[in-house]
Amino acid sequence: MREALLGSPLARVCCAVLALVALAAVIGPWLSPWAFDAVDWDAIDVAPSAAHWFGTDGVGRDLLVRTLTGARVSIAIAIAATLVSCLIGIPWGATAGYLGGPTDMTMMRVVDGLYALPFILLVILLVVLFGRNIVLLFVALGAVSWLDLARIVRGQTLAAKNEAYVEAARAMGVGTPGILARHIVPNVMGPAMVYATLTVPGVIIAESFLSFLGLGVQEPQTSWGVLIADGAREMRSSPWQLIFPASMLAMTLFALSVLADRLRDALDVRRPSARQALRRA
Amino acid sequence: MSRYLLRRLAFAIVTLLAVVTVTFFLVRLAPGGPFDGERRLPPDVEANLRAAYDLDQPVVVQYGRYLARLARGDLGPSFRQKDFSVNELIAMGLPISVGIGLAALSLALLLGVAGGTFAGLSRDGPRDRMLVLGATLGLALPPIVVAPVLVLVFAVTLGWFPAGGYATAKHFVLPAVTLALPYAAAFMRLTRGSVAEVLQRPHVVTARAKGLGPLRLVTRHVLPSALMPVVSFLGPAAAALLAGSMVIEEVFSLPGLGRYFVQGALNRDYTLVTGAVIVYAALVLAFNLLVDLGYARLDPRIRHA
Repeated sequence: MREALLGSPLARVCCAVLALVALAAVIGPWLSPWAFDAVDWDAIDVAPSAAHWFGTDGVGRDLLVRTLTGARVSIAIAIAATLVSCLIGIPWGATAGYLGGPTDMTMMRVVDGLYALPFILLVILLVVLFGRNIVLLFVALGAVSWLDLARIVRGQTLAAKNEAYVEAARAMGVGTPGILARHIVPNVMGPAMVYATLTVPGVIIAESFLSFLGLGVQEPQTSWGVLIADGAREMRSSPWQLIFPASMLAMTLFALSVLADRLRDALDVRRPSARQALRRA
Repeated sequence: MSRYLLRRLAFAIVTLLAVVTVTFFLVRLAPGGPFDGERRLPPDVEANLRAAYDLDQPVVVQYGRYLARLARGDLGPSFRQKDFSVNELIAMGLPISVGIGLAALSLALLLGVAGGTFAGLSRDGPRDRMLVLGATLGLALPPIVVAPVLVLVFAVTLGWFPAGGYATAKHFVLPAVTLALPYAAAFMRLTRGSVAEVLQRPHVVTARAKGLGPLRLVTRHVLPSALMPVVSFLGPAAAALLAGSMVIEEVFSLPGLGRYFVQGALNRDYTLVTGAVIVYAALVLAFNLLVDLGYARLDPRIRHA
């Protein structure tokens, strides 16, 4: 895993980029003289300058601090959604793998069936119908991105369930829920957590798309998707409003997917990685 | 063969029925109805409207009637666009979505298979590295970044293509390219991997030893086996392409199926939303079925399993 993250110059650069983005997102808004929703009446819609490094938007808000605040929101939603997908995917995969037989077949058939559907439809439906709030947003995103995780955990469980300690637990009369919770899940947790980090870029993309449509994060709160949507509207007169948030998002996603590929190779998960990357779209 | 086909078909129908059911009940669970407006309607008008659309019946009855109509291929009247049936609205949007999707799929296949073969043949060389980096970039960048940037460069700055609309073929270039890029990258990766692997196989080594030229070697011996993973990826790719085309339609303001879906969801146009989801799901399932069939024809082990 160390090798995957630091083994090549490209991987090291990507780690550095991610660390920088995370650091900037955490402390940047706090260091900046501007608040993300503060208006500078003397600098409305101005190009990058010494006072506003990324320029300002159409109502005079500092774009640097907005981009970093957007990073906070986008990354936080991605992490929360990934946790939700763990809460569904890990028990699902572990139960299917441990019980085996017809239960396993039915549960995995459900996963196959869900794979076949364009998920963003369901997320849009949920968000539109049940109100646009951030909690619902990450729950909905998490609820549709657990499929890969369930498959991985099932595979790991198949290997773990024949281990001696599981047999010993069963011999001592531990019930199925107990074995799953105490013995199987803790042992498949390592690969599952690594794999869960791989779903983060997908969630970032989905969130930014929803916010782009106006269905995600709402003003004055901001996210990368909101900023790119605003920037795209103003790109003729003020291209910096598009270029800064878009390159920040692009850089982060690129670094994440380079590292994700390397992690996946290191874990030797035999599935076409392109397929997963596309499911994010 | 026929048993395998029947099993896949039954699975597809069950999945579709589940999609219909979930969507049908989900839209009706949500707060707010299709006739909520700025002004409250007089009670008897609203009652008549509800009766006209079966909304006064218990949900189970509504569901039964909807299924009965669906079986005849009728998706019902649109709740919000009074003069249109959902079938008519979808018939207007679908050609645009399918057109962009097909254009993007062909472009992606062409670029992906050509680039992947090229990269696989010169594995770990400088050209291969460039192509692999390009593919990672293509997969990592979402359309909401690529689309505005392409518009900024090719429409606003260079003025080569229009930024939105759908009047001429030129209008479809930027949307199709944006949609194709990630799939081209995905096809490229798959092709690269399997070309490199097939090159090691005995029949290719033999053909090479016999002195076969590179072009014939690739077209006759390498590609036929190397393209199997590409074929199996066509199904999921088509599914993702359809969903992706929704993103593209929003960004380039094209009135395709995706826009009807978003609009319908925002307006609580129950029948339009349900109809759009059903059409999406049916297209995806049909495409997966076709890919399964094609695969079964190519590989006898699957056919007789």
